[in-house]
Amino acid sequence: MEKFSGKIWVLGDDIDTDIIIPTEYLALKTVNDMAPYAFSPLRPELASQIQKGDIIVAGKNFGCGSSREQAPEIIKALGIKCVIAKSFARIFFRNAINNGLLLIENDALRGAVSEGDEITVTINEAIEHKGISYPITSLPENLVDIIQAGGLVKAMRRLNGLD
Amino acid sequence: MGSTIIEKIVGNNVGKTVKPGDIVTVNVDRVMIHDIFIPFVASKFEEMGFQKLWDADKVVLIYDHLVPASQVDDTRHFQVGNAFVEKYGMKNIHRSDGICHQLMTEAGYVKPGNIVFGTDSHTTTYGCVGAFSSGIGYTEMASILGTGTLWIRVPETIKVNITGTLPENVMAKDIILKLIGDLGADGATYKALEFTGDTVENMSVASRMSMSNMAIEAGAKCALFTPDGKTAEYCKITLTDKETDLVGDADAEYCQVINYKAEEFVPVMACPSNVDNIKPVSELEGKEIDQVFIGSCTNGRLEDLMAAAEILKGKKIAPFVKLIVTPASRKIYREAVENGTMAVLAEAGAIITHPSCGLCCGRTGGILTDGERVVATNNRNFLGRMGTSKVEIYLASPKSAAACAVAGKIVMP
Repeated sequence: MEKFSGKIWVLGDDIDTDIIIPTEYLALKTVNDMAPYAFSPLRPELASQIQKGDIIVAGKNFGCGSSREQAPEIIKALGIKCVIAKSFARIFFRNAINNGLLLIENDALRGAVSEGDEITVTINEAIEHKGISYPITSLPENLVDIIQAGGLVKAMRRLNGLD
Repeated sequence: MGSTIIEKIVGNNVGKTVKPGDIVTVNVDRVMIHDIFIPFVASKFEEMGFQKLWDADKVVLIYDHLVPASQVDDTRHFQVGNAFVEKYGMKNIHRSDGICHQLMTEAGYVKPGNIVFGTDSHTTTYGCVGAFSSGIGYTEMASILGTGTLWIRVPETIKVNITGTLPENVMAKDIILKLIGDLGADGATYKALEFTGDTVENMSVASRMSMSNMAIEAGAKCALFTPDGKTAEYCKITLTDKETDLVGDADAEYCQVINYKAEEFVPVMACPSNVDNIKPVSELEGKEIDQVFIGSCTNGRLEDLMAAAEILKGKKIAPFVKLIVTPASRKIYREAVENGTMAVLAEAGAIITHPSCGLCCGRTGGILTDGERVVATNNRNFLGRMGTSKVEIYLASPKSAAACAVAGKIVMP
């Protein structure tokens, strides 16, 4: 199974998609144009601090609010490797899977970590933090299929005989 | 074992009995795309390699979030949308008729029992006529445009039973805010809400719409009302047996049942900056305000404007307050002009805008700044939603909002 380590950024409960990317920036042309404004209502400096390979650890209901798919795309564009939260809002969950952004639901980790800590994730197995292992459950089969195809666009290209 | 409404709708669609947790592929009856996301839907659709829409008649494009353009870049969204309509032979396009969720039901695009998806989280609205409708992202929308199908997980259902008569100063908005407060912002995540009881049976479709609209604020996948005579009249149809059967069976399985007595509801507001931060208006009285907004897909319908006008009739709003009123559609605008409601609002000092999403998502007009406070009838009070992140947004019913506009502070309606 794929295994990776990264530095974590810690966020609270109910991080909504207006926080992830406010509506006023949605008419910018690309998600890369929008990325510097990610999380700006809450932490304006965060987008410039995130490094490729970092991990977000958040509370419950991450990604609630609007259906804007730029939210997971921007998180991916910032270089975030995966988001670990107590729970995810449903539209954000689907959008993230469709864009190949890894999401992990875990209830216990959030209370145990501090910002800047390093954690190690083994996909579909466990998260390691300071010698403690947090088991993670695997995703349903149909979602694994989408992720394995490399996202929904690639899955559809295959359907249309293009790849 | 009986079925809940959502289990019946999905079961009818896929032609077999379904239960919560089943993952099924449904045939989509209608989709809605709005102006913010059309450029992304169009590019993903072509990147996926599709040559034509699965059924052009089933696709509706609505310009509402950016209408009329307030930034030069906005115009690109209309250009891309118009080109897409032309290229793929679409007929269902609305360029300035109103807010998407209002138009989808008002213009007859959604019928009881339909399965509808839209590129907007408040697509849950169409549950007001007994349709399963939910928001999705633009990549999934692009895949539906090509295939006409989408996978879904059949949700568990929370039944909300409300009986009795609401107090005079309480509106449907107060009920849904109270429910969101009780459930929490994630209390219905991945689940369906099902509303029953004589209180909702006696409600207009417009009031039901305020409630199904905000179901997403508790995380719900959809929020369903049983189609009845009012639904039939609103949709201009005669209900079939299959449609009248969209009622939760007595022996259906619910993951939670919540009972409310209508008489016990009071006017409430969602306080900054979470929709589930609900407090009775009586506990908030006296807070000074800078602006009031009455409108949106939650509360921009004729009955909402009339409820506000009843309070504002013969009065003036407080001199330092801006009252902005946005009808949800052109049809509502005209009806409110014809029955004198708009004259009352204008006379009281309201700024009346064209039907659009503008103010609700802080996109066009009515922007606020640090330290300002707004009482608004829309559906979200998130940080930075209507201006800077230091604006305080209180969500309320049209009656509460109108009363506050007159007083210049938060007061009971």
